Amino acid sequence: MKFTLSWLKEHLETDASLAEIIDAMVKVGLEVEHVDDPAERLRVFTIGEVLSAEKHPEADKLRVCKVATKDGVLQIVCGAPNARAGIKVAYAPVGAYVPGIDVTLAKAKIRGVESHGMMCSARELELGEDHDGIIEAPAAAKVGEPVALALGATDAVIEFEVTPNRPDTNGVNGVARDLAAAGLGRLISKAPEPVKGAFPCPQKIGLRFPAGAENACPAFAGRLVRGVRNGPSPKWLADRLRAIGLRPISALVDVTNLLTFDRARPLHVYDADKINGEIHARLGRRGESFLALDGKTYEVDETMTVIADEVGVLGLGGIIGGESTGCTDETSNVFIESAYFDPLRTARTGRNTGIHSDARYRFERGVDPAFMIPGLEKATRLILELCGGDPSEIFLAGAAPIARKTVAFPPSETKRLTGIDVRPEHAEEILIALGFKVSRADPWLVDAPSWRPDIEGKADLAEEIARIVGFDALPAVTLPARGAVETPKLTPAQDRRRLAKRALAGRGLMEAVTWSFTDARIAALFSDGPNWLAAQGLILANPISSDLGAMRPSILCNLVAALQRNADRGRDDLALFEVAPAYASDRPDGQQTVAGGARLSNPARDWAKAAARADAFTAKADAIAALEAAGAKVEQLQTTADAAPWYHPGRSGVLRLGPKLPLAHFGELHPRVLKAMDVDGPVFAFEAFIDQIPAAKARATKTRPALETLELLPVKRDFAFVVDRALAADQLMKAVKGAEKKLISRVTLFDVYEGRGVPEGKKSLAVEVTLQPRDRTLTDEEIDAVARAIVAAAEKGAGASLRT
Amino acid sequence: MSDIDAIERDTLAKVAAASDIAALEEVRVAALGKKGVVSERMKTLGAMAPEERKAAGAALNVLKDRIAAAIDAKKQKLEDAALDERLRTEKVDVTLPAPSSPRGRIHPVTQVTEEIVAIFSAMGFDVAEGPDIEDDFHNFTALNFPADHPAREMHDTFFFPPKQDGSRMLLRTHTSPVQIRTMMTRKPPIRIIIPGRTFRCDSDQTHTPMFHQVEGLVIDRETHMGHLKGTLEAFCKAFFEVDAVKTRFRPHYFPFTEPSAEMDIGYERAGNEIRIGQGAKWMEILGSGMVHPNVLRNCGLDPDEYQGFAFGMGIDRLAMLKYGIPDLRDFFAADARWLEHYGFDPADQPNLSTALSH
Repeated sequence: MKFTLSWLKEHLETDASLAEIIDAMVKVGLEVEHVDDPAERLRVFTIGEVLSAEKHPEADKLRVCKVATKDGVLQIVCGAPNARAGIKVAYAPVGAYVPGIDVTLAKAKIRGVESHGMMCSARELELGEDHDGIIEAPAAAKVGEPVALALGATDAVIEFEVTPNRPDTNGVNGVARDLAAAGLGRLISKAPEPVKGAFPCPQKIGLRFPAGAENACPAFAGRLVRGVRNGPSPKWLADRLRAIGLRPISALVDVTNLLTFDRARPLHVYDADKINGEIHARLGRRGESFLALDGKTYEVDETMTVIADEVGVLGLGGIIGGESTGCTDETSNVFIESAYFDPLRTARTGRNTGIHSDARYRFERGVDPAFMIPGLEKATRLILELCGGDPSEIFLAGAAPIARKTVAFPPSETKRLTGIDVRPEHAEEILIALGFKVSRADPWLVDAPSWRPDIEGKADLAEEIARIVGFDALPAVTLPARGAVETPKLTPAQDRRRLAKRALAGRGLMEAVTWSFTDARIAALFSDGPNWLAAQGLILANPISSDLGAMRPSILCNLVAALQRNADRGRDDLALFEVAPAYASDRPDGQQTVAGGARLSNPARDWAKAAARADAFTAKADAIAALEAAGAKVEQLQTTADAAPWYHPGRSGVLRLGPKLPLAHFGELHPRVLKAMDVDGPVFAFEAFIDQIPAAKARATKTRPALETLELLPVKRDFAFVVDRALAADQLMKAVKGAEKKLISRVTLFDVYEGRGVPEGKKSLAVEVTLQPRDRTLTDEEIDAVARAIVAAAEKGAGASLRT
Repeated sequence: MSDIDAIERDTLAKVAAASDIAALEEVRVAALGKKGVVSERMKTLGAMAPEERKAAGAALNVLKDRIAAAIDAKKQKLEDAALDERLRTEKVDVTLPAPSSPRGRIHPVTQVTEEIVAIFSAMGFDVAEGPDIEDDFHNFTALNFPADHPAREMHDTFFFPPKQDGSRMLLRTHTSPVQIRTMMTRKPPIRIIIPGRTFRCDSDQTHTPMFHQVEGLVIDRETHMGHLKGTLEAFCKAFFEVDAVKTRFRPHYFPFTEPSAEMDIGYERAGNEIRIGQGAKWMEILGSGMVHPNVLRNCGLDPDEYQGFAFGMGIDRLAMLKYGIPDLRDFFAADARWLEHYGFDPADQPNLSTALSH
């Protein structure tokens, strides 16, 4: 919403400066977004007087002028045809920035003659379009006086944000009322004087709504003015509309636009001679359409309120008028419409048609129903003044929905909600200044004015009082402490994420934060496919772009794509992770936080050959690190070879706590998935489902089990077993561990070998077994007995034989 | 006696002359070994008269000790020399680079969220959460957005296709639905912050379709806007790590608060830096207000009994302001160069007992 300072002053009697007005607007909640103050913008341009103008010795079209300026008499070379002795001009000094030509002036020599500054045209100063010659200021202008002042171009334009709750501030008088309440001056807006009709309104008006839809347009008032002369608006009106960015059209139309911004009251004018029969508001019908004033044809339907005559649709009520009945210079009989349209229906119609008009903007936020008739009177008055003619009486169909709203308001409410102490007398003054009626019963009974549809209850009144007093009055109060020490607040699930992130970053992975959505094609690769995604409700109806159309079913989708983007920039040795949501359905329990990571491994060459290339086991270690940090008992994890289908079928696995609780998938990603994503692999990835980790048992104390430090030296023995090539190493390890539970404290696998010396179809697994004696040193016989038990267990549990 | 002197002189000369451990060992065996010259002399003691034996024995023991000491000393010397000799050959070029291990980083959104959590924890706030995919009730209706109201249009909402019953899910446009979920499941007093992902169908230089918000909610019987101001001022000081922060509250409109306010903080520009807390300019950083009576009612709370404030601010934006990160879009690009430059060391866990950031 834009208005000019002089416009405001028609409604607000005030001595306040522009700066004070802006401050006050911000203070009461009218958020000023932009101020264009020509006086400030044109500060460096001052009046000069041309003392003499001689022809340039080297150029016929140039003149060498002596100009009296605030900087003394200067020589300025000028090409304007009207540069001549005696005129007052707009002088721009050396160093000034001239906005219209986007140039900062320097001292110049023009065809050999020095020139100190410039004399400007209106266009050069962005004061108008005129560029035929330099500005000629009134003769009375004084040398050195600001150009803006001398030309009267001092009217600042203020733009502010209208919040949806304050439709009244879509009119300048609404702004003035707030400012007056805030003590900035006196509200002097006048209630429009009724115009006496010279004859009954010959244009009949109807409301033709089916039962239940009457509220679409409960009231429609109008009046005919006969014998008008339409044409361009007078300068004051055209200037005013131009200042706020509107294009003047004709006096009749401009009057409606003026009232739209002056009083937040949209109106419409029709060429009455083009209306066939009764004009009426009704719901549209499928198949109807009309050519609107914006030059486009719109189809209407039964959800929309249209204005129609007996022939067809003329326009969309409260949104846009039609070309067929538009006013032109030839219009001599004008019908003025002032109606009330339902905010919700207007909003819906506006959305469905995509029409953004000043009328829609106001009706959907709610116009003052009580100002429907006064607005019509005011428009009539202006039309009579500008275009002449004879007015009819007003024809009113229906009744404007003026609901009287009374709020029971204990004055203590302001303090209860804001902490600001306001004297009851002051609170009452504020409410009255804003148009409320206050009766000081207990509690107060406060009537809201008809232009404030937002007022519902006592909290709204507390806000009115507090915002006019000013939020600067808010005390700064500390919340009372809940305990002497505020105790930790993260839930275990939140804490897990924190720990997993720090553990993964500690392993050298970089944390990324990527979109929750991804390309539906990629989402399909990391799930059960497109039908599954749609069935789970994971496809967006209105994505920001087609490559962000689905919620990601796996944390890996965007990480893997990001790896390739980095590789394309030459960064192909990189490990990324993200601890964030993945989505399995559109229900709250379909979202889980996953710690996932992906590695592209091309280690830089290094003299010490220290950096190994990552592989599936790096991803396994990443997954275990994330799970361990997040509190999983990783020593109890089992590994199975049944990872999700987006992993390499032979180089991937699942870490699980028992058969039913998979906690992570890891491994090399499937080459087909990578190819579909144009990713140059291999990529080693993991997904750790940290939300699934069973909660630790609550314990009464933090005491740790006592440390067991045995004095007796452990004994180590190596065994090399030959097993089937397909045997999972884990199975052998388990068998060996189980051979003698008391003595065997550790089993590590230190070699895997296939080839010469090992039969075809077999492999050799070498393990080191640590025996921990507990109460006495083991004898050789005892050690041999354990060794035999180990060999027997390996044979029984894993089909292993000792390698010879 | 001169005999013993001669043995000593002779043996010590040999010790001195031994040029390596093996030669020294030979000297030791020749003198102190079972058949060594000193041992042989010891054997003769048995045949001596007691008086004589005593004197000779003492002299022999002295001889034995001296020789042993000389051998030990020489041995130490030879070993040192041998070690020095070995070390002379064991030289590495210490200017070779140390092996590098990849440096992991924590994303600024995580770091700043943890900073925010640390501060609000110290003020007694719990951390609550809710789902990203929401329904209309929690995201709009319960928060007092009337159906078809223009206020809904201020939120460019991502929708999912309508279900059979006509309802449609959406991506939450703010973290406020978690206010509703919390108030519907927990009795006041409530003091929570809600960090999380939020989504709006908007993309340009300063908007991304996904961003992060942190919401605050306090509900009890006495909290008013003064507490809101006190809390947020304390937060800003702690977060921006400055001694004082100038704030300004301006009336504003949000459907779910009444009264509503936006908070500005004072700042100034110094070159490319933004200094928060001082200066004559104002920057809007958050929206806030007293929870609307309708919202309380929608959650089954009596607005005459319970009251409190709510606020919401952008985590990404706070990160940009504090750490001078220029472009929001870069946050979500996973560009290794950016992550390395703006990311944080994983050991740097935000904590109020140290400087909040390092």
